[in-house]
Amino acid sequence: MIDESTRRLDEGALRALVPRVLAGLVRRGEDFDAAEDALQEALLEALRVWPEHPPRDPRAWLATVATRRLVDARRSEAARHRREEETQAEPLPAATEEGDDTLFLLFCCCHPELAPASQVALALRAVGGLTTREIADAFYVPEATMAQRISRAKRTLRGRRLDQPGDLAVVLRVLYLVYTAGHAGRVDLAREAIRLARQLTLATEEPEARGLLALMLLNHARLPARFDSEGRIVTLDRQNRQLWDRREIAEGVRVLQSALAVERPGRYQVEAAIAALHDDAASAEETDWPQILAWYDDLVALSDDPVRQDPAAVLGRAVAVGHVVGAAAGLRETDRLREVIGERHRWHAVRGHLHELGDDLNAAAAAYAEAARLATNVAERDHLIRQAARARAAGLRSSA
Amino acid sequence: MPKYLLLKHYSGGPEPHHPFPPMDQWAPEDVEAHMAFLHSVAELLQANGEYVDGQALTPAQTWVRYGGPDAAPVTTDGPLPETNDLVAGWYMVDVESYERAVELAAYISSEPGPGGGPLYEWIDVREVMSGAPSDD
Repeated sequence: MIDESTRRLDEGALRALVPRVLAGLVRRGEDFDAAEDALQEALLEALRVWPEHPPRDPRAWLATVATRRLVDARRSEAARHRREEETQAEPLPAATEEGDDTLFLLFCCCHPELAPASQVALALRAVGGLTTREIADAFYVPEATMAQRISRAKRTLRGRRLDQPGDLAVVLRVLYLVYTAGHAGRVDLAREAIRLARQLTLATEEPEARGLLALMLLNHARLPARFDSEGRIVTLDRQNRQLWDRREIAEGVRVLQSALAVERPGRYQVEAAIAALHDDAASAEETDWPQILAWYDDLVALSDDPVRQDPAAVLGRAVAVGHVVGAAAGLRETDRLREVIGERHRWHAVRGHLHELGDDLNAAAAAYAEAARLATNVAERDHLIRQAARARAAGLRSSA
Repeated sequence: MPKYLLLKHYSGGPEPHHPFPPMDQWAPEDVEAHMAFLHSVAELLQANGEYVDGQALTPAQTWVRYGGPDAAPVTTDGPLPETNDLVAGWYMVDVESYERAVELAAYISSEPGPGGGPLYEWIDVREVMSGAPSDD
């Protein structure tokens, strides 16, 4: 009889082994698709067998069992297709790429031919070690749909030589996508993304990888304060800062400092620096807006045409301008974005905030109401309706 | 157990909804009461073991049809929500009987509006066809 805590422990240890064993198989020249299937079978076998017969070397055990499954699969495949001509009978030569297995596998999963949703799913399964069921739950889709998405992604990779280093920027984007995908599901994707980013920073010296990890930590630290007991969104300026995770903030700042020391700035480092300044303020009033604005200037300067290429940065900068220069100046900054994101709820929400900052409560209420109409997230929509009703009521009181 | 879809529409049912102002123009406490009620509905259905799904839809609507060979799909943005029968969202429930589905729909329709009184919103109750053999 295994109790739940032992089982969980085993699963955690197992999941940590997944990328290492899988990378070993793929490097040896096995197809990503087949290797991943074989390893999943080996994992199920491990969960069954290990509680009674713990292996001496779990990694070697998994590699051996997965290899046996691969051989079995090839035999039955061969029997079925005996008459077919095998053009690629020889396995690809083992890749010689040096470096950490996690990084190698992340590059495989973030292959440019895969759609972002597939990159995310594959990374969570192959590197994160999550089951298809868990990934499906995290994204609120049926398990069969997620299984299909993963197997299509793996089919796309079939026969590809996975020995070229990919684009680290894509890997970082995929991890950030995992992070922002939400904290609501049964599986905490934010925590998962932080775990993967931490692994990544051990495998590469690239400061942007550390910048991304810092950004995630510095945002994640505020999570306990972001919703009240009724599940309502609490905006940064109203959050109970006692609830912020000081340990996570300290780690985020440490990681960020080590990245900035390399002096190769990038967008994740800059965004992390902005997050750190918010985390640093003891109260909303003590927020160092001039310094935040300076970082936003840097962020915007990273793009040739920021309005089109990075409207989110320009919008964030407009808020900082509103706090440093004044609401009207902030609103003027948002005007430049009207053509690009004027139909997005966030543009209207920011304008609502800036109108409120300038004490134009009726305009704030109208902007929040428009933002609510365009919102696609229930919690955000509800929050924006509340903001609109609150601003409108306050406007009526002050004009009465 | 039969499943029912309890559909909420933006503009009305067999007759238009009571002419209430949009929610962003209600008093803040009425907004809170309304949202707390919706929250409690989902919790109640879950606690009863009757909840299957609940979703809200954005008011943006696009009609699409096949455009013919070698032609782009034909699309048109729907008429404004105020003038069109637009689905706003739904609950799917798994209940003992049709009567229970009606009871739940009526309860959902009692959601508080401005001033705290019920909205009397029409709820569209539709049975989901089942794959199980019908018992005759």
